[in-house]
Amino acid sequence: MTSLLNKNRPPVFCPGCSHERILHALDKAFEHMGLQGNQIAIVSDIGCSGLFDTFFNTHALHGLHGRALTYAAGLKMARPELNIVVTMGDGGLGIGGAHLLAACRRNLNLTLLILNNFNFGMTGGQFSPTTPCHSSGGSGFLGMMEKPVDVGKVAVAAGASFAARASAYQKDLPALMEQAIRFKGFSIIDIQGICPGRYLKQNKLTPKQIDENLKQLSPLNGPVPENIRPEYSSVYREHAASQEPVNLPEGIEARFRPPQPGRQEVILLGSAGQRILTAGEILGIAGLSAGLNVTQKNDYNVTVLTGPSVSEIILSPEKIDYTGITSPAAVIVLAPEGVARREDLFGNLDHKTLVIQASDVEIPFTRAKIVQADFKGKRIKKTDRALAALRILAGMNRVLSPEMLDAALKERFKEKI
Amino acid sequence: MKLSLLEGNEAMAWGAYHAGCRFFAGYPISPATTIFNTMLRILPPCGGTVLQAEDEISALGCCIGASMGGLKAMTATSGPGLSLCSEQISFAIGSEIPLVIAEVQRLGPSTGSATRGADGDIQFMRWGNSGGMPLIVLAPVDIADCFTLTAEAFNLAEAYRCPVILASNKEIGLTRESIDLKTLRWPKRIDRSPPSGNDPFLPFKSLPGKNVPGFLPIGGNHIVRQTSSTHGAPGYITTDPNEIAAMLERMKQKIEADVDKFTFAEAVIEPKAETMILCYGVTARAAKAVCNTLKAEGKPVSLLILKTLWPVPENFIRQKTEQVTNILVPEMNLGQYVREIERILKHKHIEFLGQMDGRLITPDRIKEVLNDKFAQ
Ligand code: SF4
Repeated sequence: MTSLLNKNRPPVFCPGCSHERILHALDKAFEHMGLQGNQIAIVSDIGCSGLFDTFFNTHALHGLHGRALTYAAGLKMARPELNIVVTMGDGGLGIGGAHLLAACRRNLNLTLLILNNFNFGMTGGQFSPTTPCHSSGGSGFLGMMEKPVDVGKVAVAAGASFAARASAYQKDLPALMEQAIRFKGFSIIDIQGICPGRYLKQNKLTPKQIDENLKQLSPLNGPVPENIRPEYSSVYREHAASQEPVNLPEGIEARFRPPQPGRQEVILLGSAGQRILTAGEILGIAGLSAGLNVTQKNDYNVTVLTGPSVSEIILSPEKIDYTGITSPAAVIVLAPEGVARREDLFGNLDHKTLVIQASDVEIPFTRAKIVQADFKGKRIKKTDRALAALRILAGMNRVLSPEMLDAALKERFKEKI
Repeated sequence: MKLSLLEGNEAMAWGAYHAGCRFFAGYPISPATTIFNTMLRILPPCGGTVLQAEDEISALGCCIGASMGGLKAMTATSGPGLSLCSEQISFAIGSEIPLVIAEVQRLGPSTGSATRGADGDIQFMRWGNSGGMPLIVLAPVDIADCFTLTAEAFNLAEAYRCPVILASNKEIGLTRESIDLKTLRWPKRIDRSPPSGNDPFLPFKSLPGKNVPGFLPIGGNHIVRQTSSTHGAPGYITTDPNEIAAMLERMKQKIEADVDKFTFAEAVIEPKAETMILCYGVTARAAKAVCNTLKAEGKPVSLLILKTLWPVPENFIRQKTEQVTNILVPEMNLGQYVREIERILKHKHIEFLGQMDGRLITPDRIKEVLNDKFAQ
C-alpha cells in the first residue's frame, strides 16, 4: 500500500492550514482502501481547496467555482466504476448551492468533502455561507448580518443518503472518509477546520472550539436512515434498459396524386388546445403520401391551454424555400385568437382562396370564397374542429384528397384510431 | 422515395446520435426542449445517458465531465440558457474539451419571447466567453442541415477539441419539414485522437504536426489531468509567460488557421450579377426564394449562404464576392454578422436589412430593400 500524494508537488498551504491535515487524511483513506491513482478522480473546486487535485497522483478535474459537482455528475455517468471525490470550500457551497441540492437529491455515488474553514481564504477572508455572525473579516460589517448555514442539515433536508460533520483534527477522519467513499450513493462530509492565513487574523478558533461547536449540533455521522435508497446510476440503468428502442421514421411511400398541381399553402387559425399543430402535421403527412415536399411552421404563445395557435403548412412538388404563407389555397378559421393574430391576412385574399370558417368565429372582410362550418351545431368538440376542417377540405378535394387524409390519419395515429 | 416529416430539433437529436453522441444533459427551455425530449427517447435504450440538470450551468458542466470521461456530449438550449453556459464554454475552450451546444435561438433580449424566432445571439456565441478565444459556430438552414451539420459539429468538436455551437433558430428547430432520409449525406465519423508515440502522456501536448493534443479519458488506465487554470502541457498551473503565450496561440491557430477545411456554405454565383445576398440560417430560405424570382424576371442576383459562421471564413467570403459590388446582408437581429462582412470587404457597397420582431424576414421585404438600396 502506497501513498498517492504527488512527490513532485508538495502542498503549498499556509503553515498550520487545516487543509493539509485533510489532504493527509484523504491520502490515508485511499491508501487503506488499496486504491490506485487511476481508480480515483479528484474533482476540485476553486479557492485554496481547489489546489487539492494537484497534490495527488490521481485523475483530476479542476474547473469553475461552485461547479465541481456538475463535472462529477457527468463523469460518474460516463465512468461508473471510478471513485470520485469532490473537494469544495465553504465558498463553493454558496455559489454552487443549486448543484449541492441537486446532488443530494440525485444520489449519484460521489463523495463531497466540504473543506469548511468559515471564510474565503484565497481572496481575503470575506464571509462565506458558514461564517459565524460574530466574526470579522474581509467583508467588514457585511459579514455580521447573514445567518450561517448548517450544510449538514441542508444536505439531509435535500435527501443526502450519507451526511457527516467532522473536525479536520479528529483522528478517525480517514476512516470516516473511507466510509463515505465506500458508501453507495451521495455522501457529504462537512469538515470544519482552521484558516490561519486569513480567518485567524481577526478571529479566534481552536480545534477544541471546533469540537465544542460540533457537540452542540445534532449528531450526523454517516448514513441517513430516512434518505437511504438505491444509487442513481444503477436505477438509471435499470429504467433505461426497460425503454423501447426508437428508430428514425420509416417514411411514407408516395402513392397518391395531389388534387391540384403546384404549391399549396394552408393556414390554420385557432387557439391552444384545439390540436391545431396536430392537424397541421396530419395535413403535412397527407402531403408526403402524395410525394410532396412539406413544411409546417407554427406560431403560438408560451401559455399552454390559452392563446392563439397558428400553423402554416406548405405542400409543394418543388423544393420549399421560404416557409411563411404568401398566397394561401385555404385558410381554416377555428378560433378568434388565431384570427386576431393574422387579421391582416384577410384583406389580401382573393377568390382563389378558400376560407373554411367556423360559423361561431368572426373574420374581417375578405374576397375569398367562404365555406361555413357549423361545428357547434354538429356538436363537434373544440379539440376535433381542426381535424373536422381537414375533412371538409378533403371532401372538396382541395389541397388534399380523401385518400391522402385517410392515409395520414392512419400513419399519425397508427393502430390507435 | 419515402418521405418523413420531422422537426429541426428532432433532426438535430438524430444527427447527434448518428455522430456517436451518447451523453446529453439539458434543462427545459423553449424552443429547444424537443431536442431534450428526442434525446430522452433515443439514448437511454441504447446505453446512453440523458440527465435533466438543475440549470444550464450544470447541464454543460455535466457534458464537460462526460466528455472528459470519453463520451461525445451535447446540450441544447436557447439564449437565456446560453448566457448561463458562458463560464463553462470558456472552460471547454481553454481546456480543449469537445462538446456540442445546440442553441435554438429565440427573440431576446433576456427572456424575451420564448416561442418567437431570432438570430440575436450570433456575436454572443462567439464572444460570450471569458478570454475571447475562438470556437466554432455552424448555422443550419433546413432539416437536412439539422441532421448532417449536427454530425459535422461533433466531428469538428472531436477533431479540434473545442466546443461547437449550432446556431439554430425557433423557425428551424420547431418547423417540421419533409425529408427523404436516404438522401442525407452523412460525414464520415471522426473520433478524438489518442496521443501518439511512447512518450509519457501529457494531456496538453499537441500531436506531431498538429495544433491539437491527443486525448485520453479521465478514468482510463493512464492518469489524466484536466484543469481550467492556465496550464502547460502537463496540465499543471503555469506562470511562464512564454509557455502561456505559446499555448494560447496554438489554441487560436488550431481553429482559425484551419477554417478553410471546414467552411460549409452554399453559393449560387450568377455570372453577370453585380449584387449578392449574403446570409445564413432561416433567412437564407427567403433569400433563395428572392434569387429564384429575380432570376425568372431576368435580373439575377448572386447568393452566398454561410453555414460556418465562426471562425469567419474570410478567404472563402473574399473569393466568392470577387465579382460583386453590392452586398445585402439580411439578419433576424439589428446588425451582427454584417459587422464581419463590413470588416472583411471594406471596398464593397454593403447594406444591412435587420428585423427583430419575432417574424421571418419575407422575400418581398428583401426584394424591396435590394431595389431601394442598389437601384436594380
Ligand atoms: S489562506 Fe487559509 S485556507 Fe488558504 S492556505 Fe492559507 S490557511 Fe489555508
